Amino acid sequence: MKEKFNKLSQKKAFWPVVIFLVILLFNGVVSGGDFFKLSIVDGHLYGRVIDIFRNGSKLMILAAGMTMVLATGGTDISVGSVMAISGAIACSIVNGNILPGLNGNVVVAIILAILAGITCGFWNGILVAKIKIQPIVATMILLVAGRGIAQLVTQGKIITITSDAYYFINGGYILGLPFPLFIVIFLAGVLILFVGRTSFGLFLESVGCNPKASKFAGIQVDKMLLVIYTISGGFAAVAGLIESAGIKGADCNNAGLNIELDAILAVAIGGTNLMGGRFSIPASLAGALIVQSITTTVLAQGVPAAYIRVLKAVLIIVICLSQSKEFKEMLTSHKAAKKRKAVGE
Amino acid sequence: MEKTKKKFQINNISLLITVVLFVLMFAFGSVKYDNFFSISTFLNLFNDNAYLMIAGIGVTFVLITGGIDISISSTVAFTGVFSAYLLQKGVPSFAVILIVLVIGIIVGVAQGALIHYFNMQPFIVTLAGQFLMRGLCVVVSEASIPITDPFFKSMALNKVAIKLGSAKAASGKLYYYVFILLAVLLISLYVLKYTKFGRNVYALGGNETSAKLMGLNVARTKICAYAISSFCAALGGVVFSFYTLAGYGLQNMGMELDALSSAVIGGTLLTGGVGTVVGTVIGAMIQGIIQTIVTYQNLNTWWTKVTIAALLCFFIVVQRIIAIRAEKMKGKGESDSYK
Repeated sequence: MKEKFNKLSQKKAFWPVVIFLVILLFNGVVSGGDFFKLSIVDGHLYGRVIDIFRNGSKLMILAAGMTMVLATGGTDISVGSVMAISGAIACSIVNGNILPGLNGNVVVAIILAILAGITCGFWNGILVAKIKIQPIVATMILLVAGRGIAQLVTQGKIITITSDAYYFINGGYILGLPFPLFIVIFLAGVLILFVGRTSFGLFLESVGCNPKASKFAGIQVDKMLLVIYTISGGFAAVAGLIESAGIKGADCNNAGLNIELDAILAVAIGGTNLMGGRFSIPASLAGALIVQSITTTVLAQGVPAAYIRVLKAVLIIVICLSQSKEFKEMLTSHKAAKKRKAVGE
Repeated sequence: MEKTKKKFQINNISLLITVVLFVLMFAFGSVKYDNFFSISTFLNLFNDNAYLMIAGIGVTFVLITGGIDISISSTVAFTGVFSAYLLQKGVPSFAVILIVLVIGIIVGVAQGALIHYFNMQPFIVTLAGQFLMRGLCVVVSEASIPITDPFFKSMALNKVAIKLGSAKAASGKLYYYVFILLAVLLISLYVLKYTKFGRNVYALGGNETSAKLMGLNVARTKICAYAISSFCAALGGVVFSFYTLAGYGLQNMGMELDALSSAVIGGTLLTGGVGTVVGTVIGAMIQGIIQTIVTYQNLNTWWTKVTIAALLCFFIVVQRIIAIRAEKMKGKGESDSYK
């Protein structure tokens, strides 16, 4: 039994999942059990926990893509803007504002929106991998321009749509469970299989630890970076679709605003080293759920939304500190000094 | 020696392109629109962008050391809100300005210390700083607070008339707060060019390891650079509250990108080691003129963002190409010397 526990606790996703469960439990105790109440209406599950999963789905998708980007030692701060672009394109098509010949075909709209996201990611990848611009600066270009592009697509308006097929992306149910959850399971599942079953994952960690050495070892670093940024862009587009289906329209100013920090935070909570190297996608998914549940908890306690930002900022600093070698050394040397002192006495 | 010469060349080319671009844009505007060609259009670039230029000058210090600071927009907003809040509570204006500037320095020192001593990535630390300050803004006040303090008002409304001729186009006005910008510009020029600290900043950006081995005080230089950045952001925030006479927590979203693009357009290399504060100011002027042209053309304001991003992209790519060519030339030189 103990052996089993040890084996389980060594999994990277173990502690994030435990923390998530503790947060849920805390909520359950504070709310006196209301939190866990699940009700079935029309064969669909409703409840606070389900809401966390549903609302956290965007963040989980972003975190999965972001994990790979961060594992290479890079970063992608354009995800929020890419979400805005994909939402704007999809809604404009469904609404018939652009490409009216399609008669608001939802499937084509979704495909085009995701293609737009992939193009954005590819653009980031070219800048990072081929032109060798630092990732933060390269993705910053799209961060600045992205919302502008989205605004130009929607002509500066907030577009509202009426399409039950499109609403389904966020509000739909399959087997009583919300549809976004299935998107997460599908995308993350494919990604985990791809990273776990091929040598891609191993190469990825190697690139994150030492890109130069990896290159000399024969890994095509440039190509890998290109693929990874493209995936991140595509995932961001999917998250943008869920967001726009959730608000039933495209709001270019607020869609995915500041979500890049949440995604980075989720990955950091999952234990992926932000300097690159060791990574785990399941742990990042758990991290995303933690971030979402913190938001829900803070709101449920009646604390103003503004404090969430402060809390998240403090959290990310603490986590980064705990990952910092220098900080660990400082702590251990302090402990060692204490020990020495004790021995001396 | 040769290397420094080459780096200055890179710098000069970028700066030259920037200046030419500015003149071209101004000429374009003058030809296309009536009433565009005037001293007041030129001076308004300073009146409207003084806060951005001050913050940009600060961030240039950090960029030259090879770091990045994306917390400045929040610091500007926080300074605005907090000073408005303090003024509302009846704190005298000079004390308010002193307090917010000191807060700026503290934020910068904290960020610099985290980055240096714990070897954390600058963008993560300053991203967290950005969220912290933005969060604190809303904690102080969610609503916009008007400023009615007489000193702030006098700074905001008084101006110096400048007349170069009798024609209408030859006269303009500069608000008092623009002189703060001029002071900051002159001081930072002097510091970067003629002081030991300034040379340390460039050395640190050129190569941190060799700077360390040469015996430079890396810790002090780096932390000072971040402190200067945040201090300038706080000062920019004070100027911004002169400019708007109000403090609002959601003000200046994304301004850090404007400041960074000013620096890049002005020839600062994001890899560190190369850059001038004058370039940053000219970079900010280019953004100002794009804004002006977009307004004259009556376009969607989002065109400003898209144009600036395209320009930013263009300059970064130009920088990279020049740097790659310089590296290749260096490689050639080395192989020659081995023969």
